[in-house]
Amino acid sequence: MDNSWVISIGSIFAWAAPVIFGVMGETITERAGVMNLSLNGSLILTAMVGFVVGTTTNSFLLGFVAAAIVGALVALLIAFMSISLKQSQVAVGYVLAIATKSLAYFLGAPYVGKPVMLLPQVPIPLLSSIPIIGPILFKQTILTYLSYVAIFVCFWWIFKTHQGLVLQGIGERPSAAYIRGVNVNRMRYIYTAIGGGLVGIGGALYSLSVKTWNGQLSGFDGIGWIILAITIFGSWHPLKGALGAYLFVLLQYLGIVLQPLLPNVNSRIFQVAPFPLMILALLFVNIGNAEWVDRTLAGLPENVRRTIAKVLRAMRTSPPAALGIPFEKE
Amino acid sequence: MDKDKTKNPNQNSFLMHILTNRASSMTLAVILALLFTSLLVWIMKVNPISVFDTILSGAFGSTNNFTQVIQAWVPLVLASLGLMFTFTAGLWNIGMEGQIVMGSIFSYGIIRIFDGSDVSSALVIILCILAGIIGGAIWALLVGLLKNFGGVNEIFGGLGFNFIADAIMLFLVYGPWKPEGVANGSTKMLETRFWLPQVEGTYLSLWALGIAIVSVIVVTVILQGTYFGLKLKAVGKNNKSSFLLGIHTNRYMLLAFVLCGVLAGLTGALQVTGFNHVLRNNISGGYGYIGLMVGMLANIQPLITAPIAFIFIALSKGAAGLGIDLKLDSNLAGVIQGALVIFVLIMDGVRKVLNKRNKGVQSG
Repeated sequence: MDNSWVISIGSIFAWAAPVIFGVMGETITERAGVMNLSLNGSLILTAMVGFVVGTTTNSFLLGFVAAAIVGALVALLIAFMSISLKQSQVAVGYVLAIATKSLAYFLGAPYVGKPVMLLPQVPIPLLSSIPIIGPILFKQTILTYLSYVAIFVCFWWIFKTHQGLVLQGIGERPSAAYIRGVNVNRMRYIYTAIGGGLVGIGGALYSLSVKTWNGQLSGFDGIGWIILAITIFGSWHPLKGALGAYLFVLLQYLGIVLQPLLPNVNSRIFQVAPFPLMILALLFVNIGNAEWVDRTLAGLPENVRRTIAKVLRAMRTSPPAALGIPFEKE
Repeated sequence: MDKDKTKNPNQNSFLMHILTNRASSMTLAVILALLFTSLLVWIMKVNPISVFDTILSGAFGSTNNFTQVIQAWVPLVLASLGLMFTFTAGLWNIGMEGQIVMGSIFSYGIIRIFDGSDVSSALVIILCILAGIIGGAIWALLVGLLKNFGGVNEIFGGLGFNFIADAIMLFLVYGPWKPEGVANGSTKMLETRFWLPQVEGTYLSLWALGIAIVSVIVVTVILQGTYFGLKLKAVGKNNKSSFLLGIHTNRYMLLAFVLCGVLAGLTGALQVTGFNHVLRNNISGGYGYIGLMVGMLANIQPLITAPIAFIFIALSKGAAGLGIDLKLDSNLAGVIQGALVIFVLIMDGVRKVLNKRNKGVQSG
């Protein structure tokens, strides 16, 4: 009884690992001023690539490396089309989200029913014997440990290093960064590729650890869009983004656990639950920016207005100022 | 010296001419997309020629296949036309798919009410189409309101509402609206008197086809021949200056969503009364998602949606036979469609960059 409870909580961290890699990848990409809207497709494509390469070479490492490379290539295509050719990032990202999904289903079809391999759990010697926390956090796969590391590396890189300052600069005020001698477009290419690579690792996690490849990514189609929403909800901050990812997976998990209580409702309805929540979450973080809110607030008594404004300001997020805007040196 | 040699004027100008001319660069884009597809198919150890042959004969090989293409062209062109309104206003209505689903739910709901009654079937069909239109418009309006008053980007709002519409559909077809005894993801068949008349022996309804053709004309006139269309274009091109010029940009954006929803709802209603004759899961058939790609290629010219939608649907329908004939997955159709849009975007970008650079050289 007690044991199964621990395994359940532990699996939340395992399930969250691909979401974490996705959110970190997108956070870095968007911090640099590029939006990779193709996430839903690239996750499915890299899940397929990871599975096919992993199972045919019988090597997890090659599977994950191949998936990361493919993820980075898709991201580079977006960078090329939006930075160098100045096409709309939304347009390019949307088409790639659709096209890479079709590509994954087309190329992956012959591998349906091939033997599955699942990443083994590697308990960390000392840490895993800590009561309760040990088995939950430290009896996981290597990639789950890396997902913890990724959160802190991203945080440290963005906020504690000089390179991170440059990264923030090219997303917020690219012209200022350019004057200081930064090659804005080259840095954007690099960060977009790194972000895409992280997304690729997340994709391979779906087919080699959390789930497997059965010709489709059943139950996870749509997750890429959720990851994009979590990135916004986390206001482009690795720690807040990670919090959003864990919350999302917890809710998804609760949906599965609670479903037997309502046996008459089709199970697929529960899979939809994250999406209304996604809209609500985005509404919370964005409503403070709406003009009518300001106008309504102005009509309220002073003390009420102050409190509401404070709450709104605390929830509000605003994207990197140059997100989605191509940089041109004047 | 070496630099001058690489800039051989003849060679350069020929390539330059192809890349900077709109028609030739678009042709090149199509050729590149087909080459890319051939490469993929070749990797799968199948002869590309036989793939294209299968697709072509799957789409046009028999009267039966061709009527299927025409039948499926109707929902796709209607969806693409609806998106012309939102594209013109500079909006991304990814929620199209859910709006089609809502349209079909509303229209089926109306027919259910009249099930077994003796009300004239023509009246019921008209009410059913109107209900569909209202359903689609409400679902689109919600996305617009969220964007305008809640700051939620229409991409996420629309997507969320797609999934919610799917959930409502699942709830209905497995719950209150399931046929007696079985739950197979579809309602019971409509009485035949509520079907739009079909051509003998096919699923093609000339009424639905007529509605699609009329819609092409109406949307073209609205967007390209009226003051409203012009203002909507202004909102899409430059939202801020339009607002400063006294256009109620918020109102126009909402209106673009509603008009898009109207066509989505119409699509959904025709899927119910004109083709499927049941309400079932996946009734929207992905037309909303493919419609966005058609809309991007049409570049806010409603007339152009007709031929592009035709090519796209011929690819989709033609590819259905790939699995039987060549053991290839029919998702190849989506790959070809995506490749077409990507290469068109690439060549369009190359053309614009080159033209800009040439202009700079001339003036400088």
